[in-house]
Amino acid sequence: MTHENWNGFKGGVWQDEINVRDFIQQNYTEYTGDASFLAGATERTKNLMKKVEGLFALERQFGGVLDIDTATVSSLTSFSPGYIDKENEIIVGMQTNRPLKRGVSPFGGIRMARQACEAYGYKLSETIEDEFKFRTTHNEGVFRAYTDEMRLARKCHVITGLPDAYGRGRIIGDYRRVALYGVDRLIEEKTKDKNALSDKSFNTDVIRQDVELYKQISFLKKLKDMAAMHGFDISGPARDSREAVQWTYFAYLGAIKEQNGAAMSLGRVATFFDIYMERDIANGTLTEEGAQELFDDFVIKLRIARHLRTPEYNELFGGDPMWITEAVGGMGEDGRTLVSKSSFRVLNTLYTLGSSPEPNLTVLWSQGLPEGFKKFCAKVSKDTDSIQYENDDIMRPVYGDDYAIACCVSAMKLGKQMQFFGARCNLAKLLNIALNGGYDAMSGIHIGPQMAPITDEVLDFETVMERYDIYVEWLAHLYVNTMNVIHYMHDNYCYEKIQMALHDTNVERLMAFGIAGLSVVTDSLSAIKFGTVKPIRNEDGFIVDYDTTGNFPKFGNDDDRVDVLAKEMTHKFITALRKTDTYRNATHTLSVLTITSNVMYGKNTGATPDGRKSGEPFAPGANPMHNREENGALASLNSVAKISYDDCRDGVSNTFSITPEALGKTDDEQVNNLVSILDGYFAKKAHHININVLNRETLMDAYENPEKYPNLTIRVSGYAVNFNKLSREQQREVISRTFHTAL
Amino acid sequence: MIKGNIHSIQSLGTVDGPGVRFVVFMQGCNLRCGCCHNPDTWEMTGGTEYTADEILQRVLRCREYFGKDGGITISGGEPLLQSEFCRELFTLCHEAGINTCLDTSGSILNDDVKSLLEVTDRVLLDVKFTNDADYREYAGCGMEKPLEFLAYLNGQKIPTTLRQVIIPTITDDCENAKRLKQIADGYSCVDKIELLPFRKICQTKYDNMGLEFRFGNLPEPTKDKMQELNKIIKSEE
Repeated sequence: MTHENWNGFKGGVWQDEINVRDFIQQNYTEYTGDASFLAGATERTKNLMKKVEGLFALERQFGGVLDIDTATVSSLTSFSPGYIDKENEIIVGMQTNRPLKRGVSPFGGIRMARQACEAYGYKLSETIEDEFKFRTTHNEGVFRAYTDEMRLARKCHVITGLPDAYGRGRIIGDYRRVALYGVDRLIEEKTKDKNALSDKSFNTDVIRQDVELYKQISFLKKLKDMAAMHGFDISGPARDSREAVQWTYFAYLGAIKEQNGAAMSLGRVATFFDIYMERDIANGTLTEEGAQELFDDFVIKLRIARHLRTPEYNELFGGDPMWITEAVGGMGEDGRTLVSKSSFRVLNTLYTLGSSPEPNLTVLWSQGLPEGFKKFCAKVSKDTDSIQYENDDIMRPVYGDDYAIACCVSAMKLGKQMQFFGARCNLAKLLNIALNGGYDAMSGIHIGPQMAPITDEVLDFETVMERYDIYVEWLAHLYVNTMNVIHYMHDNYCYEKIQMALHDTNVERLMAFGIAGLSVVTDSLSAIKFGTVKPIRNEDGFIVDYDTTGNFPKFGNDDDRVDVLAKEMTHKFITALRKTDTYRNATHTLSVLTITSNVMYGKNTGATPDGRKSGEPFAPGANPMHNREENGALASLNSVAKISYDDCRDGVSNTFSITPEALGKTDDEQVNNLVSILDGYFAKKAHHININVLNRETLMDAYENPEKYPNLTIRVSGYAVNFNKLSREQQREVISRTFHTAL
Repeated sequence: MIKGNIHSIQSLGTVDGPGVRFVVFMQGCNLRCGCCHNPDTWEMTGGTEYTADEILQRVLRCREYFGKDGGITISGGEPLLQSEFCRELFTLCHEAGINTCLDTSGSILNDDVKSLLEVTDRVLLDVKFTNDADYREYAGCGMEKPLEFLAYLNGQKIPTTLRQVIIPTITDDCENAKRLKQIADGYSCVDKIELLPFRKICQTKYDNMGLEFRFGNLPEPTKDKMQELNKIIKSEE
């Protein structure tokens, strides 16, 4: 098959089948130089960004939400087109008819939509309330099927943050397909897939697929309507760079109009765009300034994307994030780097437009990346604290070279794999429940296998482990079943029509479980094993606190005696999870990632044997507990690197804060040393790292004087936030973290 | 195996030698410099004992981070007081292909020290002052010691970084910087001079130990002052 808009591209199987990877491999130009070719922001970009900054300031003044349309259910065509400054925008389209105005998406849960409106002084319209009296939402479906035990586990916070009241997210449509093929071709392929089903026996699975394909096709048609409202015909392939960016953005926009998902990630578009840009630059229709402008305008659109969420949601996932994650860089399977000039351009938006948490720019780091790119990344980290790094060398063997990252750390093959997102369970709380024989002293709830609390005067390691294992097995089984309920209902009542239309029909499914409190439970077990832990009991005989004495090794010091406990814990948990079948035969995966919920998890967890006080925050993700590292940064990194990616295929998050002085004396030294640290950490087979290069004093000043720092961006756990958008509690927790300093 | 008495370990050091370095701080010092930011390393007792091999094992776990420039640095305290241990550690590091760097006052030069220098790739020599009177008053040794040490380094052709802490009213005048440069120019082994701003962040250490911070009443140097002095150091004539 061929098309005139493909002229100049090298042909391949991508023409005959939907295969964006092949198109990229046949056509991209690797770039191994440095950043000197980059252009700055044009006057147009600066003026547009000034308007956007004004809107952001207004949004802040309105308490974080500028406006809500309470009468319109957000969908692809339910709003007339909106503009920031129509004449001066190169890429167009936004979620509602005005920038930063939020729509409502009640399909995930009408309660959540209602509460979110009320939290910001609005009221969901009677029309929507009436209409949804006769519709079942995802949230309602889930609670019809939840067992008593599932409700209790939720109530006592041993499993928290489940996507049972809102859109699950963490699905990445292959938005590039729209630009490369045009929507008609995609409809044609999906129709073929649908017709092919008639050869099969129509069992539950096939009927479900049949109806899902119907939904996908109908929404692809709506996507064309949406583009037409903006004056674009996207039925055929994009003709040039601008159309490639615009078509891809329309596809993404369709997804975020339809779904208020927990994380709505973008994928891996920069090097794809680069192919169009190289072609246009070669034929003289695009300049470097023009290429940068396209990225700038596209990124501005991503920066004004918003979802409507409740304050409770923000307590778990602080900073109003969308997780518009874009994976940048990485290597190809043939040994060429996938870094193109556009990998630089997308990072350059942090200079042309200023630092920002969104899009969530994620560098796929490999030892083989060109030096010029490594140094540019390190410089951007140092200057903006806005990017994160993930290990391409351990992900590529699993996911190939056309995967992307959903949310923070979840890898998936673009258009070929999707994820059932599953929040996380609290392993530290589980230890307390186990020691108390199925009683959560924090909430007063009896849950899990019921047995007598441990009565030992001093806790014995073997006894504790034996007991803990029983509860790990119990929780893992309950957790998988809970997830199965959630995703069955989400598929039924809140199916992602556009996003799944941009996947292969026979998609591979992953089910992503998570754990919180890993370093707390690891240090607790170490205290029991190497120190002396005496439980303190209340009058009913339940343990409510611990008296911990003696020296014991702590996670974060590159000490195998304790680090092995963390490694074993993750292995044990994924092994236990695998014993229970998943919905749609999804593959079990596990993450060690908390986002900002480490504060909430800590709040809901009593004192632990490691000496952590009741209510004290956990460390984020897989981080060692704050200020327990005694041998410096590399020892801390080494401890985290020991957690096996094979056990934690959904990612192991580490957040690293270091002062500029501790990275070296001059700018060049700091950049080179940061490159060495990243090379070293990932050579150790570690998975993920957030880099913050800043002083604690800056954060303390921003805590006291937020108005002085309207754009202060920091990495927290798998994503970046505007510091001012965190709750006071979350801010204090960030300030209390370990900052690696020069002696 | 002889044991080293070690004050602490910093697995990520970027300011004591080139690149990313694993820094070992030895316990015990023969000097009592007024500007010292590690008074907790002065006493010969109180550290933790390790064999050279135990330290090597830790260093090896960090070698992936060293890149092409990094390696190990022994600092202190005064490493030369435990030359035999340091030699053993550096020898093991060399066998493993790890670059070695010694951060010292250069106030001791005996056979053990000379033997240690055979396995040292770079010396960070702290020239505390540029005149004998200040040396005797504020460091506790004569200036001939570090100069003798420097001459020996020069003879052995060991790459050397000269370092000096810039202390307002004591080492922050232009004449001092010129004298430092003059010293450096006299020895071809010196390929770098680093001026380190005097810092008072260690005041709490002194307070906690009940010791007087001799320069505690002096201010920290300004950025402009550091720039001015660095200009002199980098000037050609």
